[in-house]
Amino acid sequence: MNKIHEAFAHGKAFIPFITCGDPDLSATPAIVRAMQEAGADLIELGIPFSDPTAEGPVIQAANLRALSAGTTTDKIFQMVDDLRQGRGGEAVTIPMVFMTYANVVYSYGTERFLARCRQIGMDGLILPDVPYEERGEFAPLCDQFDVPLTSMIAPTSHDRISMIAREAKGFIYLISSLGVTGVRSSITTDLDAITQVIRSTTDVPCAIGFGISTPAQAHAMAEISDGAIVGSAIMRIIAKAGRHAAPAVGAYVREMKNALR
Amino acid sequence: MHESKGRFGLHGGQYIPETLMNAVVELEKAYEQYKNDPAFQKELAALFRDYAGRPSLLYYAGRMTKDLGGAKIYLKREDLNHTGAHKINNVLGQALLAKRMGKTRLIAETGAGQHGVATATAAAFMDMDCVVFMGKTDMQRQALNVYRMRLLGAEVVPVTTGTATLKDAVSEAMREWTRRIDDTHYCLGSVMGPHPFPTIVRDFQAVISREIRTQILEKEGRLPDAVLACVGGGSNAIGSFYHFIPDKDVRLIGCEAAGRGIDTRETAATIATGREGIFHGMKSYFCQDEYGQIAPVYSISAGLDYPGIGPEHAWLHDTGRAEYVAITDEEAVNAFEYLSRTEGIIPAIESAHAVAYAMKIAPKLPKDKILVVTLSGRGDKDCAAIARYRGEEISE
Repeated sequence: MNKIHEAFAHGKAFIPFITCGDPDLSATPAIVRAMQEAGADLIELGIPFSDPTAEGPVIQAANLRALSAGTTTDKIFQMVDDLRQGRGGEAVTIPMVFMTYANVVYSYGTERFLARCRQIGMDGLILPDVPYEERGEFAPLCDQFDVPLTSMIAPTSHDRISMIAREAKGFIYLISSLGVTGVRSSITTDLDAITQVIRSTTDVPCAIGFGISTPAQAHAMAEISDGAIVGSAIMRIIAKAGRHAAPAVGAYVREMKNALR
Repeated sequence: MHESKGRFGLHGGQYIPETLMNAVVELEKAYEQYKNDPAFQKELAALFRDYAGRPSLLYYAGRMTKDLGGAKIYLKREDLNHTGAHKINNVLGQALLAKRMGKTRLIAETGAGQHGVATATAAAFMDMDCVVFMGKTDMQRQALNVYRMRLLGAEVVPVTTGTATLKDAVSEAMREWTRRIDDTHYCLGSVMGPHPFPTIVRDFQAVISREIRTQILEKEGRLPDAVLACVGGGSNAIGSFYHFIPDKDVRLIGCEAAGRGIDTRETAATIATGREGIFHGMKSYFCQDEYGQIAPVYSISAGLDYPGIGPEHAWLHDTGRAEYVAITDEEAVNAFEYLSRTEGIIPAIESAHAVAYAMKIAPKLPKDKILVVTLSGRGDKDCAAIARYRGEEISE
């Protein structure tokens, strides 16, 4: 059963992102468990890609570190299976989605990839290089395996917002500002106007990501949407603390979640 | 419903972040409007003639023909264009289009630096700002072109991520475009990326085959038996092939960079060693590992050192209409030196890949066969690197 709706059932959702395998894959499970324990509502697990064109320097570097440590799609599937089954620690029961690039899925075989996702209990998929026009290649298979493909909406989407929102499943990922992922000191897009169009089109929840790092930013974003997504700020903590990042990430997630309560 | 645009068989499409979608939609609309607009076409034709120096010559390489002892060889002299390569054809078209769209700033990626120089040139001439992304490795091996771009008023941004070559420069230019769209046109340099780029770039480069057709009919009264061009992303090749695609008797031969050999990891021969994938906005063939991680490719030629190939080439390969062969560094360097000595023409190391294949097949063909080899650019920029390859350090 798909669990994404559970993420949005307890007030505003806090959605942390982590690149799997940074600094290596043995470090990831403890961080994911710490995120769950600290109150994360949904976790985005990044499968590293060699050339992540939608990412800023922090997540790019995390991707490359993960790949040079030997992280592969199959090893990540195994790790998720262990997390869900409670092997090696407490079971992770909150919703989780994969975030990666089209080629990682396509080259694995889209159907084979999604079948594995369903088997190990993944609840969704985010592909930042698959816009509305190319959904037809992935979304029907995603639906078939009940691993919905998240729709993304950007500050430049304008006339495309309702077209995209109408077909959204799982949750909508609203990109806060122009550019790639990364911490920003301020977000100036009129997101309120965008979420109003989304709300008038669909009941699918909408979370905002890109550039969020402080509790105040997360709070402000969640005020006008259903949740806040944070990636680069977490990967910065991991880049600094390395293999022992779990307690620091847990503390950060708790602080951010508290700002949304 | 979802309508995937810009397909060449399976290949092509628009695999880009949502942030860029309206920009490519707007570009497509503008292009559809201006491609049939007589005023736009007239202005472009005038720029081709008066600024770029078109038509470029179709030169009968008599000494090379005689020396190889087989098919007659003609060289399509794109190296004689202003800025020294075919890249100016596409750049003048796109810059003019960007101007019409109200853009004031051009960004571009560059490998060998030829596209960067062409973009910087058009920006200077049309009074636009210009930022060029170039891999740090390429900045070292093509230092002269870096200086030329800066001299022309462009900012050259070193890209240090990944292999610090063309692939990473494309990624960085795409990232920059998502940061700043309103006033900026991404002047993509090859027949790759998301629709409508492969089509726009092909149409602007198609002037090459349009001219070859007219010129060869004038000189020989018939079409050539084969057209050869080097392929990285594939813009000079598609330009050289395009108007011959319906002529099934004309062989179309793309020459990829094998680097140190297609049986090594140090290669950039996409058709020979790649498989179907999705990257840089398009579905096409890419050099990649079993998990879809893009391979760190290699070629002595910075312009061919790219892990993918344009979607229309992928389709021409699938349908068998064009053939793709792989040429090693060593073969290309030999051809670079051979053409210099034989015809007094120093070709770009990229173009030398096509010359190398002509050297292989011409001797085996009868004397009444005709080959046209596109010299996509001139080789001045490569002299220091080739000297280094031969163990000689030179300073300018």
